[in-house]
Amino acid sequence: MAKSIAIIGDSESIKGFGAVGMELFICDDPSSASQLLKQVTDGDYYAIIYMTEEIFEASSREREKFAERAIPAIIPLPGVRGNTGIGQKRLSSFVEQAVGSDILFKN
Amino acid sequence: MDIINVNPTRMQMTKLKKQLVTAKRGHKMLKDKRDELMRQFIELVQENKRLREKVETELEQCSSHFVNAGAVMSKKALDSSLMSSKQQTGVEVSSRNIMSVDVPVFSSVNQSPNEGDIYPYGFAFTSFELDDAVSALNMLLPDLIRLAEIEKSCELMAAEIERTRRRVNSLEHVMIPRYEDTIKYISMKLEENDRSSRTRLMKVKDMLLDKAHNYSGKYS
Repeated sequence: MAKSIAIIGDSESIKGFGAVGMELFICDDPSSASQLLKQVTDGDYYAIIYMTEEIFEASSREREKFAERAIPAIIPLPGVRGNTGIGQKRLSSFVEQAVGSDILFKN
Repeated sequence: MDIINVNPTRMQMTKLKKQLVTAKRGHKMLKDKRDELMRQFIELVQENKRLREKVETELEQCSSHFVNAGAVMSKKALDSSLMSSKQQTGVEVSSRNIMSVDVPVFSSVNQSPNEGDIYPYGFAFTSFELDDAVSALNMLLPDLIRLAEIEKSCELMAAEIERTRRRVNSLEHVMIPRYEDTIKYISMKLEENDRSSRTRLMKVKDMLLDKAHNYSGKYS
């Protein structure tokens, strides 16, 4: 089945992604992020949801229930305000969960 | 000694022995599953790390291109030129089974008119920085999709590995010792019963013989 790709973030960070065919959900206020995510995930229309890091952090509670499901994949990306390292932290948390200690980023 | 509360009978023991065999087999299988999952997870997570670093540096370049484009063009013109995308990017979702974990596989279905036609605007009123930004982003798209696929797989596999590890540990350190201890307890109890009934029989036999032949001189 073909599904679309969505991206949620502040307008500065994500406007370029519209040009390559993703669907933009502009969210300039992180406090409304979880509300928007609920809206976006409603109906299972998107297979991948990219988020800027601020939105990713702001919606952690709403994201939780998708952790066990194959789709949608919710992926943090750095916005224009620079990289805060959330992506790496997320990755090392997976390693820590699986292996018991972080063997990938320690050195 | 942590034992299960059961009646110390031979039938219970046979039942427990069967359960022990099953538990041991399950433990071995789960251990194999955990090891294989771990191997695949490490491979995947290393690729994930590499890809994420690549995507993050390239995205940074993209945003700097966009910032440059925003500097030479008016905000309104920039927004309106990005607004009407010709491209419709979607993904075909299928799933792959890695050691009983269903992970998604995304393959992009690009409905762009043709390769050179990725720009959603005419070239007359836009700056070349914008072209750079859009083409760089377009080049990055397959990596972005692959990143999503791998990162989701890692997330799902990490959860499964944790679950499997817990199961292996609970079998290895709790269930199997408990079965073994219980079986030992029952067999000891049975032997004890056996010995006590044997001595009782010997005692009775002695008493009967004594009664018949009057060894002790009690019966005259």
